[in-house]
Amino acid sequence: MVLVFAESPRGNLKKAAFEAVTYGKKVADLLGTTCVALTLGKADNAGELGRYGASRVLNATGAALDHFDSQTYAVTIAEVAKGNNASVVIVSHTSTGKSLAGRLAVRLDAGLVSGVNMLPVTDGGKLKVKKSVFSGKAIAEFEISSAVKVLSLLGNAVKPESSGNPVAVETVAAAASNGRIRVKEVRTQEGRVPLPEAEIVVSAGRGMKDPGNWGIVEDLAETLGATTACSRPVADSDWRPHHEHVGQTGIAIRPNLYIAIGISGAIQHLAGVNNSKVIVVINKDPEAPFFKAADYGVVGDLFEVVPRLNEAFKAFKAAN
Amino acid sequence: MKLLVCISQTPDTTAKISFNADGTEFNPAGVQFIMNPYDEWYALVRACELREALGGTVVALNVGPAANETTIRKALAIGADEAVRINADPQGAAFVAKQIAEYARGEQFDIIFFGKETIDYNGSEVGAMVAEYLDLPFVSYASKLDLNGNTATLERDIEGGVEVLEVDIPFVVSAAKGMAEQRIPNMRGIMTARTKPLKEVQPVAFEDQAKAVQFTLPPAKAGVKLVEPDNMTELVRLLHEEAKVI
Ligand SMILES: Cc1cc2nc3c(=O)[nH]c(=O)nc-3n(C[C@H](O)[C@H](O)[C@H](O)COP(=O)(O)OP(=O)(O)OC[C@H]3O[C@@H](n4cnc5c(N)ncnc54)[C@H](O)[C@@H]3O)c2cc1C
Ligand SMILES: Nc1ncnc2c1ncn2[C@@H]1O[C@H](COP(=O)(O)O)[C@@H](O)[C@H]1O
Repeated sequence: MVLVFAESPRGNLKKAAFEAVTYGKKVADLLGTTCVALTLGKADNAGELGRYGASRVLNATGAALDHFDSQTYAVTIAEVAKGNNASVVIVSHTSTGKSLAGRLAVRLDAGLVSGVNMLPVTDGGKLKVKKSVFSGKAIAEFEISSAVKVLSLLGNAVKPESSGNPVAVETVAAAASNGRIRVKEVRTQEGRVPLPEAEIVVSAGRGMKDPGNWGIVEDLAETLGATTACSRPVADSDWRPHHEHVGQTGIAIRPNLYIAIGISGAIQHLAGVNNSKVIVVINKDPEAPFFKAADYGVVGDLFEVVPRLNEAFKAFKAAN
Repeated sequence: MKLLVCISQTPDTTAKISFNADGTEFNPAGVQFIMNPYDEWYALVRACELREALGGTVVALNVGPAANETTIRKALAIGADEAVRINADPQGAAFVAKQIAEYARGEQFDIIFFGKETIDYNGSEVGAMVAEYLDLPFVSYASKLDLNGNTATLERDIEGGVEVLEVDIPFVVSAAKGMAEQRIPNMRGIMTARTKPLKEVQPVAFEDQAKAVQFTLPPAKAGVKLVEPDNMTELVRLLHEEAKVI
């Protein structure tokens, strides 16, 4: 069977979990087997994962699983994988999944490919699967030859598909483990969808001239239900918070729509955003390198264009 | 304090990436190689700061061929006290992790530092693997690390926030932006780096069970479609009807 670890940070299943189960179901179909989802700690409405293709949903709880410790989590996931003869174990390529995937590979003597964004193909007992490498400048196909395989799935790589029915949640035992991490506090940014999960991102750069000018960017993001991001110099000069910084040194994202405002499109910036599905660039300089990576471009003054675009989106929303 | 910093060598971000004719191997010709930025700017610098404050030794470790010694010397110039090179072609993450774990097992490091990921394969795999081999706690994507006696307080980047946690040494950590400020090696650092010890260790046998077998370049973009700045209704129409993203 295919085992999917479905994350439920602070008790809530997130989009990443639905994506992972949707992907897991497709991998299971490919291998002619079933997809089983595992949640750890509190997971409200875990049975809903049945809708996305899990034939069983398992949950382990216990004080040790109340907060995330890669050691405790990996032991339990590996035990469930072994106890159920999992041939493929799937996690999300998130802060949690990245801390787990390597541990699971070692524990299960499994080959690991992290950050996959496409379905694998089978080749005898092997799996072949692709991922983006060299900061989006190439695609590598990996061949996994081990009996058990571990994959971590990039965010926004598959669309959650719900066509099945909820299932009853079965309780499984948490494995004994010597977790040693003591979580003291979790500080979350209120409001918008976190950047790595956002489907629409409105991002701005030094072309904004002054942090006081960000109102037009915020307004556009508000209309679109988008999350805001920025280029590195903007975060470095404390115009915007550091968690908004995207690119090679910040975070890498792959939203459906990335709107870049007053950003030149340096290669280090592109490295974090060039896997976006559609890129719109607004820049007054027709020679800005970002236009080469864009799908749609507007050559013009952002202070005029952005409010106009906001109005156009508002009109669109009102009409649809 | 005995600190290990694992450093990898990657193509510079601005490098043009190409492969051999049948797409089975990376073509290094004309490519400028650098120390992976997260390893250099954050992991290595924070390790050096802790050594400066608390005493001890910083060891820089690379799994790679002799050609990587320029990068390793740079780590020594920035402040590592000694270096180790495990003499092998770093085939894949699992291979590299096995080599690092075998070396570190006998050395009793207090903290083993990694970068959050390498910018070539963007895997974020090696640190967690080493932590598992050594049965140590692992804190990934740490943007802050303070040490008070044997207890470290760390901040870790999570989706949409930050997690604050404590862990006792020994542990494994991967470094993200914020943990330290980049240091440019000075003349004295560069001079002393030449005489610092750089030990060569032979690898253990290990077969990677996940191998990159085929490389391709992503399909070229169709080219940008320009929209007049006074016709944003048209842009919205295109995004809805053509791109179907709104
Ligand atoms: C090792 C390394 C790592 C890096 N990592 C990152 C990273 O992770 N992320 C990142 O973003 N950068 C990174 N950088 C920096 C990167 O190279 C660029 O310097 C940076 O992205 C530029 O930011 P920018 O586009 O906001 O500013 P600029 O390059 O100054 O561009 C501003 C743009 O705004 C346009 N503009 C100005 N006024 C207007 C107006 N009124 N209307 C419309 N357009 C206007 C200009 O034409 C220009 O194109 C890195 C650099 C290095 C060396
Ligand atoms: N060949 C190598 N030698 C030493 N350390 C490495 C090597 N490759 C990767 N690392 C370390 O592992 C981290 C994560 O790499 P990766 O799992 O490839 O994203 C890097 O930031 C380095 O700290």
